Amino acid sequence: MDQRLVTAIIVVLGVPAVLIGYIWLTERLLNRIGQRARPRLRPWLWLAPALAFLVVFLVYPTIGSLIRSFQNAAGTKFVGLDNFAWFFTNDASLIALKNSLIWLVVLTALTVGLGLLVAILVDRVRYETVAKSVIFVPLAISMVAASVIWKFMYDYATPPDPQVGTLNAALGSAGIAPVAWIQISDFSFNSILLVIVMAWMWTGFCMVILSAALKGINPELLEAARVDGASERQLFRGITLPLLAPTLAVVITTMVITALKAFDIVYVMTSGHFDTQVVAFQLINELYNFSNPGRASAIGIVLLLAIVPVMALNIRRFRAQEAIR
Amino acid sequence: MAMVKPWETQTGATVKYTGTRDLNTVLTTGVASGVLPDLAGLPGPGQMNQWADSLVDLGPILDVATYKSETAAPLVDLGTVNGKLVGVFIKTSVKGLIWYDPKTVDLSSSPPATWDALQTAITQNKSKAASPWCLGVESGAASGWAGTDWIEDLVLRQAGPDVYNKWWQGKVKWTDPAIKTAFQTFGQVVAQAYGGATAVNATNFANAGDPLFKTPPGCLFLHQASFITGLGGFKTAKSGTDYNFFPFPDINAQFTGAIEGAGDLFGMFHDTPAARSLMAYLVTAPAQDIWVKLGGAISANKKATDYPDDISKRSADLLANAKVFVFDASDLMPTAMNAQFWTDIVTYVQHPDQLDALLADLDKTQKDAYAAP
Amino acid sequence: MTAATTQTAGPGRASRFVRRVPLHVVVIVLMVVWLIPTIGLLVNSLRPPEALTQSGWWTAIFSPSQFTLNNYAHVLAQSNVTAGFVNSLFISIPATVIPIMVAAFAAYAFAWMKFPGRDILFVAVVGLLVVPLQSTFIPILQLYGPKGLNIAGSFLTVWLAHTGYGLPFAIYLLRNFMGELPREVFESAAIDGASPVTAFFRLALPMTVPAIAALAIFQFLFVWNDLLVSLIFIGAQNPDNAPLTIVVSNLVSSLGGGWQYLAAAAFVTMALPLAVFLALQRYFVRGIVGGSVKG
Repeated sequence: MDQRLVTAIIVVLGVPAVLIGYIWLTERLLNRIGQRARPRLRPWLWLAPALAFLVVFLVYPTIGSLIRSFQNAAGTKFVGLDNFAWFFTNDASLIALKNSLIWLVVLTALTVGLGLLVAILVDRVRYETVAKSVIFVPLAISMVAASVIWKFMYDYATPPDPQVGTLNAALGSAGIAPVAWIQISDFSFNSILLVIVMAWMWTGFCMVILSAALKGINPELLEAARVDGASERQLFRGITLPLLAPTLAVVITTMVITALKAFDIVYVMTSGHFDTQVVAFQLINELYNFSNPGRASAIGIVLLLAIVPVMALNIRRFRAQEAIR
Repeated sequence: MAMVKPWETQTGATVKYTGTRDLNTVLTTGVASGVLPDLAGLPGPGQMNQWADSLVDLGPILDVATYKSETAAPLVDLGTVNGKLVGVFIKTSVKGLIWYDPKTVDLSSSPPATWDALQTAITQNKSKAASPWCLGVESGAASGWAGTDWIEDLVLRQAGPDVYNKWWQGKVKWTDPAIKTAFQTFGQVVAQAYGGATAVNATNFANAGDPLFKTPPGCLFLHQASFITGLGGFKTAKSGTDYNFFPFPDINAQFTGAIEGAGDLFGMFHDTPAARSLMAYLVTAPAQDIWVKLGGAISANKKATDYPDDISKRSADLLANAKVFVFDASDLMPTAMNAQFWTDIVTYVQHPDQLDALLADLDKTQKDAYAAP
Repeated sequence: MTAATTQTAGPGRASRFVRRVPLHVVVIVLMVVWLIPTIGLLVNSLRPPEALTQSGWWTAIFSPSQFTLNNYAHVLAQSNVTAGFVNSLFISIPATVIPIMVAAFAAYAFAWMKFPGRDILFVAVVGLLVVPLQSTFIPILQLYGPKGLNIAGSFLTVWLAHTGYGLPFAIYLLRNFMGELPREVFESAAIDGASPVTAFFRLALPMTVPAIAALAIFQFLFVWNDLLVSLIFIGAQNPDNAPLTIVVSNLVSSLGGGWQYLAAAAFVTMALPLAVFLALQRYFVRGIVGGSVKG
């Protein structure tokens, strides 16, 4: 164990030292080059470590995915767009696509909306830390434990056996018969119940980030406006919201992508039964259970294409921001 | 882990064990990259076939002659791919046993030998329990497998081992009348199940038999494999007094004496002296006895006889002396087919009126899953 | 500047209180709703396993005699729990520190350095957020495995991997906060002859502390709770290095029995990330940026 402790300490102290040294060194090198070349080279030197990691761990596998998406399961020949055609004509995929869309919309709306609400409200109470910790705790619980908690919430026992699930027990005390919650697929009700589980966990995430951004707003701005007689709502719409907009964009984009990748909750609570299947789960099934990396890769590429609109919006926002700055 | 203790003491080596629900992920990435454990439990014969190239040939490692004499022939064959023995069964089970509480219905002296006799028994004893059948198919990602066991037993006895084998090989369609009849019979059972379709889908298979032991009894019979004795309400119940079983009755007199079994395969990925020694040890009768003594498990090794009670011994005997032995059909199908089968059971329980659509869907998957890559 | 908002005595104070009651009500209701599921699990972790399937957790409050610490004892008595805890620390701390540092430099470059293709490159980096981790396992494991670097089973594998996985979000978040910093600050620094390095360390970094704190919380949390990445890169090869998450999952992996251990284990493993959160909370303080706008 001693050996590993030494390695860990070397890494924790050494890597930052190496990085700082690297930057310092590159600056010295840049000083030797002409004035004009410096601002052209410097960004790439600063980006190099990050880009190296990204290329090895994310880009390289994705390129592999792209190639494999055009191949058959055994990887022995190219089948063109067959895998994509399979995905879009498969009944199960269409349900999964619908559900993933529901996840995208509902999860983002709930987590960002509630996260913002909580961040703003607790900003004004003295027990702010306690409140934020309470909302944050679910994120600290592992996915599996969270799924277990909510399994107990949604549990259904055959009457007349006593209800162990919180929701059904609540119904019981009101005299209503218990319901098998996660089996109800009408109006995608059970999918939404699953989204609620994830929203319970991730609202804390949005709250923390939005809270940090909120703290960054100069209080004098708000005071000056209050002195001028602005109402709280006007303050929010006119000052707070616009200043939060960039961070909101970050949070929304991140939640949209997280929603598309979500599958842990579905896996533990229903495993895709009762019409709760989602696209990310299909990907993993194809890849590891059905040994069809071709189809799995095709699904991955579909996800990649699905976020292009979100990315385009981000670019537009940056360009607009640059113009103001 | 208790099973490996004697080996550890004897050899001085240690076994490091990791259990995971993501076995498929670990082994698939492992086979592709070479990062593998020395020994591993294999998810099923299908995957074993796929990874045959990465698995070590156990022929030179085990005393094959002894292994073959101690193990039922079909199980040896299932572990062999292209003449290479790569998988051994560490645990087996007998499927399709009908469990009952002798205090509710005493059938130990004359168990029903035919399906009709079973139905008569049900009618005669209807008043003694809330429902004739206990059934629960929930099982996480594998939900539905308890229902597939039902269908397999029905196909085996309604249509015979020949159709059964052609079916899992993909040569008999799902829309074939033989398969459809099996589904419909299963549907009748669901209609007679404790708690109805909602409960069937919501109840975990391990606890599905608990109503057998309630007062008043919730059901008369439970269809389940031999390993149920180590789970749920069976764990605390007394073997023989609180529960007993009889094998699945014949339906078609032509196809009598067939037994369906299943088991857990083990394979070796790294040929090291320690791994060889451990593998050779695991298949011996003394090692298997450790498992078996705990109850709820049957050994593939005919010489492992340290069963804790009469019931386990009887089920082991059924396996060893089966006239016609077939392996769990769904385990033999390609994974994608198997997964669809499981899922469609869940859907069928909830929506029995959709049977034709479901079978047509299964046909589509069949075409896809069995196609040569 | 005298604040016009200091508390005024008399009727002003009373009406302020009344207006704040709804605020408190809403916050407290939210807190309660959020806590119920967690409390359910906490109560269940203190009950014997048979009780879990027979009666709901709220009933236990009325019959406190059934409470037991057995589940916790069992979890903590596992021979490899301390090792797992230590391993988790070994994995999580470097895997938090490295990505933050690497991302900070990159984020500054994206925020305050102009170069062609900057926006497209940035959006591409953010887009990498969507890559599912599972589809990267095989290529990376081939790199780590016997056919490649042969480091599978060591901590280095997950340090590097978590850095790679965590960078898109880290860069996204930090660039956002750094970009919000007032341009005047950097301009005046440039006029004063400060190099970008100085500007980064003396200005940008201190002013981005809330964002760095948030990032540290999340990265630490995700790595601490991660099961799959450690399982694939370390677990199969070298169980001695297995983190707490794998140790815990060993308790429950067979046939789903053992909810009670999972419940207890959840609280045991949750303790540290929660402590990290509380410790870093104080960096979410108003005025760090606000104070710099003057002049």
